[in-house]
Amino acid sequence: MWAFIHKLGSPKWFYTISSRLQPWFWGLAILLLLVGSVWGLAFAPSDYQQGNSFRIIYVHVPAAILAQSCFVAMAVSGVIFLVWKIKIADMAATVIAPFGAAMTFVALFSGAVWGMPTWGTWWVWDARLTSMLIQLFLYLGVIALRGAFASRDSGARAASVLALVGVVNIPIIKYSVNWWNTLHQPATFTLTERPAMPMDMWLPLLIMVLGFYCFFIALTLTRTRNEILRRESAKRWVRELVADTGRRG
Amino acid sequence: MQVIEPKAELGIAVRATIKRDMTLVLRRRSEVINPLVFFALVITLFPLGISPDPQMLAAIAPGLLWVAALLATQLSLDTLFRSDYDDGSLEQLLLSPQPLPALVLSKTLVHWLLTGLPLALMAPLLGLMLALPGQSYAVLAFSLALGSASLSLIGAIGAALTVGLSRGGVLLSLLVLPLYIPVLIFGAGAVQVVILGGNAAPYLAILGAQLCLALMLAPWAIAAALRISING
Repeated sequence: MWAFIHKLGSPKWFYTISSRLQPWFWGLAILLLLVGSVWGLAFAPSDYQQGNSFRIIYVHVPAAILAQSCFVAMAVSGVIFLVWKIKIADMAATVIAPFGAAMTFVALFSGAVWGMPTWGTWWVWDARLTSMLIQLFLYLGVIALRGAFASRDSGARAASVLALVGVVNIPIIKYSVNWWNTLHQPATFTLTERPAMPMDMWLPLLIMVLGFYCFFIALTLTRTRNEILRRESAKRWVRELVADTGRRG
Repeated sequence: MQVIEPKAELGIAVRATIKRDMTLVLRRRSEVINPLVFFALVITLFPLGISPDPQMLAAIAPGLLWVAALLATQLSLDTLFRSDYDDGSLEQLLLSPQPLPALVLSKTLVHWLLTGLPLALMAPLLGLMLALPGQSYAVLAFSLALGSASLSLIGAIGAALTVGLSRGGVLLSLLVLPLYIPVLIFGAGAVQVVILGGNAAPYLAILGAQLCLALMLAPWAIAAALRISING
């Protein structure tokens, strides 16, 4: 077990194993996203209240789920990096942060676009929207802190600590915002209280969620590989690799 | 060789840190007074920017007072470790055999005593100027005193993370303000609920719970952040 983890922590080994994994995840991601979006956007029945505008759900919900998963993934990578000093974990955290921030933004944006036809307004200070916005700020803080340090190692460790502090705080923030919202304005609209979804609406959604996860894994693998090449560019195996591809190509 | 027993000296070290920080901050009086002036100034801006109508001001006063006090605390954070970092005494603190979390906790305590507590004591006066309804003054001061302790602890994490950076000011706000939101919600909520005739106890209890959580976890995060800032 430990030997396996240590092996996984070596950039070279990770680079080799991920080159075998990443085509599968990319393929799966493209397949699932294609099937999910065609099914969801073209074949799923339209909602009896919202008409076709409900189809935004096929982007909105997966993005929102990923936005939260990414923060946890980033914090877990941070702990692994802080405790075991495994460089790969930090490289993964580096590439997950912007992706998570982008997903949070997509969730907020698609929510606003969806809000206009259904609620008649782009933005309400609903508990979910607000905590999502705060989460976007937390992501931006982590990214900004990492960039602010001159030394990469200090930036990495500082960002890991902040991601940890953030992940402890996210449940507290969510809970407080829920409390705040029920105090100040009775929940006019909640996303959770939609009529129960029929199967042929729900299945494409499930496929889209899985597709987004595969896309996330594939992108993280590819970007981590790039990060490895960038950071280890002075190492011998990277030079040999580059020389090899140069000779072949 | 004589073996030094660190545990027996923890109390001494904590007391010495508190006394030293108190002395240092009290010598630079402006560090204590500036947040208070800032607090009063920001509160003055709102009637000018919104409306001098007492009814309108009374409706938004709890939130205004809390947000302004929160910003005043946040602005004072940058000085928390800055001078110690510049003159090298922070490194001495890190090298000392006593546990760092206990020492940073005493530094944060001083910050609260000289920033959060004065802000809490001054808030009722500014509340008077915003026509805050009569029954809520005690709860305002108490919620601010309780909440600002959490703010100092959470903010110290951000201050410790950015102390090594030459231009950490705006970054510090970006890191710390999202984490302040739970404290703000329950602090301002406590005052609001008293005005509406309700019971503030649940809100104050949650503020207390947040403080307990911050007391348990923040010192370790601050200590870890300081070690990163010093080594980097």
